[in-house]
Amino acid sequence: MTDQVMANDEIDEKNNSAERVFRRGDDSAILRLSESEVQAYTPDDDRRMVINMGPQHPSTHGVLRLSLEMEGESVLRSKPIIGYLHTGMEKTGEQLSYLQGPTNVTRMDYSSPLFSELAFSLATETLLEIEIPQRATWIRMLMCELNRISSHLLFQATNGMDMGAVGAMIYGWREREEVLRLFEIITGLRMNHNYIRPGGVAADLPDGWRDDVLRVLDSLPDRLDEFDTLLTGQPIWHERLQGVGVINTAECLALGITGPLLRSTGYAWDLRKDIPYLEYDQVEFDVLVGTYGDCFDRFAIRLNEIRESIRIVRQILEKMPQGDYKIQDKKVTPPPRARIDESMEALIHHFKIFTEGFKVPAGEVYASVESPRGELGCYIVSDGGPKPYRMHIRGPSFTNLQVLPHMLQNCLVADAVAVISTVDPIMGEVDR
Amino acid sequence: MSDETVNEEIDQSDDTNVYETSSRGQKVLHTGRNNLISAIQGLRSEGFNVCIDVTAVDYLENPERDLPEEISPERFELVVNLLSHQKRERVRLRIQVPENQPNVPTLFDIFPGTEALEREVHDLFGINFDGHPDMTRILMPENWQGHPLRKDYDVGKIPVQFKEAPGSS
Repeated sequence: MTDQVMANDEIDEKNNSAERVFRRGDDSAILRLSESEVQAYTPDDDRRMVINMGPQHPSTHGVLRLSLEMEGESVLRSKPIIGYLHTGMEKTGEQLSYLQGPTNVTRMDYSSPLFSELAFSLATETLLEIEIPQRATWIRMLMCELNRISSHLLFQATNGMDMGAVGAMIYGWREREEVLRLFEIITGLRMNHNYIRPGGVAADLPDGWRDDVLRVLDSLPDRLDEFDTLLTGQPIWHERLQGVGVINTAECLALGITGPLLRSTGYAWDLRKDIPYLEYDQVEFDVLVGTYGDCFDRFAIRLNEIRESIRIVRQILEKMPQGDYKIQDKKVTPPPRARIDESMEALIHHFKIFTEGFKVPAGEVYASVESPRGELGCYIVSDGGPKPYRMHIRGPSFTNLQVLPHMLQNCLVADAVAVISTVDPIMGEVDR
Repeated sequence: MSDETVNEEIDQSDDTNVYETSSRGQKVLHTGRNNLISAIQGLRSEGFNVCIDVTAVDYLENPERDLPEEISPERFELVVNLLSHQKRERVRLRIQVPENQPNVPTLFDIFPGTEALEREVHDLFGINFDGHPDMTRILMPENWQGHPLRKDYDVGKIPVQFKEAPGSS
């Protein structure tokens, strides 16, 4: 993998056709059969068979089920079957006020919960047409980059485990736990924080946060080097990942793939750089791209994105401004606890926000952020009331999952595990 | 809307004009649903090279909304989000879909990545995409009755459906 950013317009047209993803019929990589049809399906060729993988397979990242049409050890066509984790979170989102909304969306992508909260909050703030204080913006950036580190560390752990490098699992989880401990200090919870809320963040950074963050940042680079020793340079690791699950840029763009999958094809697209939100234009970092679009590139991009995030967090530590951590608009954020004892008005605002919620002017907006898995968007329609009329989350895992049949075609069933693992879907976000 | 326009019964699905509005500074386009494919193809040649999202909204309980005068509101609205990498710009298409004939042409042949997104809209809203290669449910069980994200599908009203539970069909 090269760190060099390739200009987006210089994509080589050769070997970059998206033709195969447009196929509809039997020559398509997707087994277009419904659940009951799959059960009854018997291929004409008796060397072929349809086997079922998951939903309870340890390397399917939760409850992903795949129907694989096999010939010997090779996968011919496949179909991801999803919905096992569907709990109607978008419907639930219509029953919760804007203040309660983050508690719901944070449970979607459970390995990077702060990004869903951020997308939801950005959409609500755009509808309200409010600007949040500088410090709140920088705290959000700090938390999101730390979350990107923990999410990519979880990938290193599960990817290692899927490949049979069980040691990597313990290493990844050890490092991730350090970051989660930091989250517990700052937000009070290891996961599902409900920390980023419309109007700012839930609480200011606690005393001594800078030392705590620095301690984690200082310990990480050496430990990332251990991954390089254990995995990146190992011949077995290369054999397992290189040249497996190859996809090109044109196919990614046709399928709407975003995030590390798109970047692994050598296409530098990162919302933080290209359509900056928060204050990402104030920090320096590189967008990492791969060359071959294979499993190894995706692994390497995620490992090195941790290093880039460390670089960003160090800059955030230097630039963190003083000031408010939430907007002082009593119609949006609750007043400080102490004010309630002395001011009737503050008591009323407090009561109104926690019973009815704040009203958001009618309209519809889409806000998006670059989550560790790609573009995470939130579409909110407001009818002027205290609850969203419609709340939709565009989860990157859901769209990215469509690439699986194309990557799996003609690869061995043992490689299928590598492919699923490096697509890194989080089923909570897929099924919502 | 005046009574005269209702009486004329113009089928606005065939409206080939594209109307531009803005929502909180974000660019929104409106057009008739039979013009959807050519509108998207036009946008694609203008550089909108990725279809980020396809979703829908059921406006049953909220018929009042910001639309250009020429577009009359229908119950459903299909929302297509496109992104241009060259211009670093987003655009959103809002297509009115009537309740009595919830059919829209599929975008599969322009952006195959809409396959799962369209299946989701079909599953949760009951909007059909004509020409879609695999128009089946995606999140709900295959034999599920109803479309959960419709506004007349109440929360908690439907008992849990199990395939082989006594009394279930």
